[in-house]
Amino acid sequence: MTVSIVRFGGSNCDRDAKRALEHLGIDAEIVWHEDGLPADTEGIVLPGGFSYGDYLRAGAMAARAPIMEEVREAASDGVPVLGVCNGAQIGCESGLTPGAFTTNESARFQCEHVHLRVERTDTPWTAAYEEGEVIEVPIAHGEGRYEIADDRLATLEAEDRVLFRYCDEHGEVGPHANPNGSKHDVAGVLGDRDTVAVLMPHPERATLPDVGPTDGQGVLRAFE
Amino acid sequence: MTAYTATVTVRLKRGVLDPEAETTKQALERLGFELEELRSSDRFEIDLEATSADAARERADEMAERLLANPTIHDYDVEVDER
Repeated sequence: MTVSIVRFGGSNCDRDAKRALEHLGIDAEIVWHEDGLPADTEGIVLPGGFSYGDYLRAGAMAARAPIMEEVREAASDGVPVLGVCNGAQIGCESGLTPGAFTTNESARFQCEHVHLRVERTDTPWTAAYEEGEVIEVPIAHGEGRYEIADDRLATLEAEDRVLFRYCDEHGEVGPHANPNGSKHDVAGVLGDRDTVAVLMPHPERATLPDVGPTDGQGVLRAFE
Repeated sequence: MTAYTATVTVRLKRGVLDPEAETTKQALERLGFELEELRSSDRFEIDLEATSADAARERADEMAERLLANPTIHDYDVEVDER
């Protein structure tokens, strides 16, 4: 599979994603957003960073770049799409995934390792894990608080589209383990299809053994 | 065509936490001010030409829907004045 990693002005996790995917033996190339998606694109990563300097709202500008129309089309054709951090913000701003990621409850940039509970395993992003498994991955964001209207969150949960929740190392959720005030501890969600997912934590920063835990590998294995 | 300024005010929906406003409120309190609540909003002043105030409002409305506001977390209103 060839994964296209979409680089916007201000993306800064594009090379991390490429290194991480290649470590897993997955072909990946960085694509400048103005060049459009290559014809051989079989997977898409919207990487982290600070596209357009987070002007207006994090992800707002990139979400309206012309390439996102191609990303939406590919997503509706079943091409796997993963948004990480700023890519998750772009995913929600573009309507690929429901809800919004906004200012952390602490009003601070949070850069730390967190634990996530895998909420379901019958998706490409989580097939490598056990249900309820606790994984350790880093976060690095100022606007990662998941926000959505209560009725839409209820629908999302009823449809089982919450992929990961923040938790402690024992898998317990609650304010003590929620780094940013996300509603119902949501760290990652699915779009309309199981092949579209966004999450604020960085699986690509928890993939190379040289830099720490490798629990994020399972997410990227969706592209194998 | 008439010249208008459309003012779009975008604010968080009631009930959506605003940590920046809370931090600003606390800073005002540290300066010795007394206040009960502080809400922040973004205001966009858009100069445009349109055939009528309604047409100007409609265009500004669409700008808010498609970019300036995020309907998941924001409400907005539009005011139109002749320039």
